[in-house]
Amino acid sequence: MMSDVIDTLAGIEPGSPLEAIRNGRLQARTHAQASYDSLFKPLSEADASTLERIAIACFVAGLHGRPEMEAFYGTALAEAGAPAAWKGVIAAAVKAAKGQGPYGHYPKGPLSAEDKAGPVFKIDAAERSALGARLAAAFEHTHMLVFHPRDAAPTYLQMLVDAGWSATGIVVISQLVAFLSYQIRVVAGLRVLKARPA
Amino acid sequence: MTDKVLIVPLHVEPVVFTRDMLDWLPWLEPMAEQDLTARHMAGLVDAARAKSAYFRLLVRDPEVLEHRTKTDKDIFYNPEAGLPRAERELAAAATSRFNGCIYCASVHARFAATYSKRVEDVDRLLDKGVGTDLDARWNAIVAASVALTSTPITFGPEHVDALRKVGLDEASIVDVINAASFFNWANRLMLSLGEPAAPEKA
Repeated sequence: MMSDVIDTLAGIEPGSPLEAIRNGRLQARTHAQASYDSLFKPLSEADASTLERIAIACFVAGLHGRPEMEAFYGTALAEAGAPAAWKGVIAAAVKAAKGQGPYGHYPKGPLSAEDKAGPVFKIDAAERSALGARLAAAFEHTHMLVFHPRDAAPTYLQMLVDAGWSATGIVVISQLVAFLSYQIRVVAGLRVLKARPA
Repeated sequence: MTDKVLIVPLHVEPVVFTRDMLDWLPWLEPMAEQDLTARHMAGLVDAARAKSAYFRLLVRDPEVLEHRTKTDKDIFYNPEAGLPRAERELAAAATSRFNGCIYCASVHARFAATYSKRVEDVDRLLDKGVGTDLDARWNAIVAASVALTSTPITFGPEHVDALRKVGLDEASIVDVINAASFFNWANRLMLSLGEPAAPEKA
């Protein structure tokens, strides 16, 4: 079987009990890997380039504070030929954007009592110019998706459109951040389980 | 040509968590049914999903949608071993309740209630939130889902111990991890590409 990113990042060894359990959900395992492949080795880069996708992944990994994910996507960024400055720029954006989620607002009504305020991330001017308008807008959107997705509104999508993203491109980066939210949690959960044998 | 953000039609916004059937209105133009090719139909997996605005929006990237859907189905529908379906749905509903996805919570609270027959407990989770007392086993599943859903992630050995203590085996714990993690994927799509609407009264 080809190498599986979740197994690699979670440290699941061939022949181990956890591998057998993951193989008990073989379709989920196979298609989680295929989701990763579709997002990072896309058939078309017309709406979102591979480099843009990897840069967003580095930002998502950083926002979750998961060293194993930051190392993995950081390596991919270097291999994809990103401008040398990006590593530092993304690290600075992560530092400025990091928080605790989920927070956000509900539609006005009984749930308003559960509204939890928190920051809306605006990227720094220096980082915006280093990343360009498209990626800067994508990072701002990504922060909302990671930490306060219930604040989502059409105005957030309009900012992406204004920065040059197509509807298909917005679907791609939404899937990307949402997929990473899944992948990072599966890896984190499996690592905890592996370190705590019954 | 620049794509447009859609102005949603006049509708009734759900303002509480509910097990009622809800509609979902997209903020970006879904693909038109007549434009769906064989590649798009493969992405939809079930042909009936061509009727859904949500899936016709996501099918703008057919490969990712196809693999997302097949991951989803195996995590929730595979009957072999692991956690009973009712409790996989509980993890999905608790994750959705904590993230604040009224649409996803409605679907998976319905499934959790149907498969567990514990309608009152599911409704209490929706009404009171993830801190409500259900029973030891459900509390452990909800707490693990919440810890996995928090950013930064707070899931730790104490959650594994708590799940084992209430009788979950290793495969069942992996199902909790998969189900809660997957809804961190699903919630973000549902919340950020459109909004729920109460169905029009007949």
